[in-house]
Amino acid sequence: MSAAAATWERTIRFWEASVGKKVVMAVTGAILFLFVIGHMLGNLQIYLGPEQLNAYGAKLHDLGPLLWAIRGFLLLTVALHITAAAQLWWMNRAARPTGYIRQSWVQASFASRTMIVSGPLLAGFIIYHLLHFTTGDFLSGGLAYTADGHIDVYANVVNGFSYWPASVVYILSMIVLGYHLSHGVWSMFQSVGLNHPRYMPWIRRFATAATVIIVAGNISIPVAVLAGIVR
Amino acid sequence: MRIILHIWRQKDANSPGKMVRYEVPDVNEHMSFLEMLDVLNERLIEQGEDPVTFDHDCREGICGACGFVINGIPHGPQPSTTVCQLHMRHFKDGDELYLEPWRAKAFPVIKDLMVDRSAFDRIISAGGFISVPTGSAPDGNAIPVPKEKADLAMDAAQCIGCGACVAACPNASAMLFTGAKISHLALLPQGQPERRDRALKMVAQMNAEAFGACTNIAECEAVCPKDIKIENIARMFRDFISASVLKRAG
Repeated sequence: MSAAAATWERTIRFWEASVGKKVVMAVTGAILFLFVIGHMLGNLQIYLGPEQLNAYGAKLHDLGPLLWAIRGFLLLTVALHITAAAQLWWMNRAARPTGYIRQSWVQASFASRTMIVSGPLLAGFIIYHLLHFTTGDFLSGGLAYTADGHIDVYANVVNGFSYWPASVVYILSMIVLGYHLSHGVWSMFQSVGLNHPRYMPWIRRFATAATVIIVAGNISIPVAVLAGIVR
Repeated sequence: MRIILHIWRQKDANSPGKMVRYEVPDVNEHMSFLEMLDVLNERLIEQGEDPVTFDHDCREGICGACGFVINGIPHGPQPSTTVCQLHMRHFKDGDELYLEPWRAKAFPVIKDLMVDRSAFDRIISAGGFISVPTGSAPDGNAIPVPKEKADLAMDAAQCIGCGACVAACPNASAMLFTGAKISHLALLPQGQPERRDRALKMVAQMNAEAFGACTNIAECEAVCPKDIKIENIARMFRDFISASVLKRAG
């Protein structure tokens, strides 16, 4: 067998093992977690005024082919995350064909038991979010542009969130994201084997803090628009 | 005291089962849970009925033979305790308890509360041998084992293979069991020669037995009568990853 074929076979074997899929979940989850942090830091520039936010948006758009490469990479990451999750879920259901008549939980958190619910909800939210602010299909009046031909990110955000049902969807989605992250962030360490009694308490604290910051930071924007602070 | 039991009755692997209600009116608080079932079974035999089948052996909490689910918790409500060491003083007069067998595709019900756990044995055998010199007894302390490693290996080796981790897991995952078995040899010098191979083979067997995958909810750790920690699952991940990446052939 050639070296390439051996590597390919080994990769397939890694993917086919439940443990391998968990590693894929963790690594893709970590990439998406970093993206969510970066995305929030970008968004928070709305508080620095229209010029700052629009300049940031223009800078991203001017990346051109690189922007599409990043988008492709993120799409691939999401696809792997969802595929691994779906296959694991299927495997897990098959492993327990008959359930218990009485079911109790000793320590498993609500968030940890509902990842399979929060995940698809977030996938739905991502599609809605792209149609809302990226393509403008769900934005009343479509995307607004600045005088120099760039997207007027600031005006679009204010326009989008001024419609209160959209803001409610975003706020609820961020709470769902919070649940997903509160379990996912520490889990991604565990699933690549990073669990040590000295560091695990700090990893848990980091996960909680990151979740709170991301949820609060993102929710603040629709709230600020609805409250008239950002207009 | 009076205890009301709802017990899963199933004739054999191919028959459908159902919950049947029993009353044990004279339970002594010093009885273990299994002794209470013995009393119930004696009565059932006297009445010409089929006694409740459950697995048990040492009744000292060290063999791993016993175990069923009490009100949704494997081995019942008392932490770090197998059902044979669970005493009736932890229950109140009039308590209603639901007894069900471990539920997993990999653990088919043999009868009533007894399941076939051979899948665990096959995971262990898949791990294979360790290279040790046989023949004359080795010199004491010829192989240095640091105290900390010895303790950690012992913590992992405490696993009695009862299957409560699989029963507690909503995914019927055997990762706590397999993680503990991989860990106790991986931590010792004697386990090093076949360490990577062992991790790959045991994980492969675990998948072949149709156990589910871990979702890190840690319910297994909470019900484990031997307090095996999910840190052992992380160690299995480390060994599996390094074995997958570093193995030269195959």
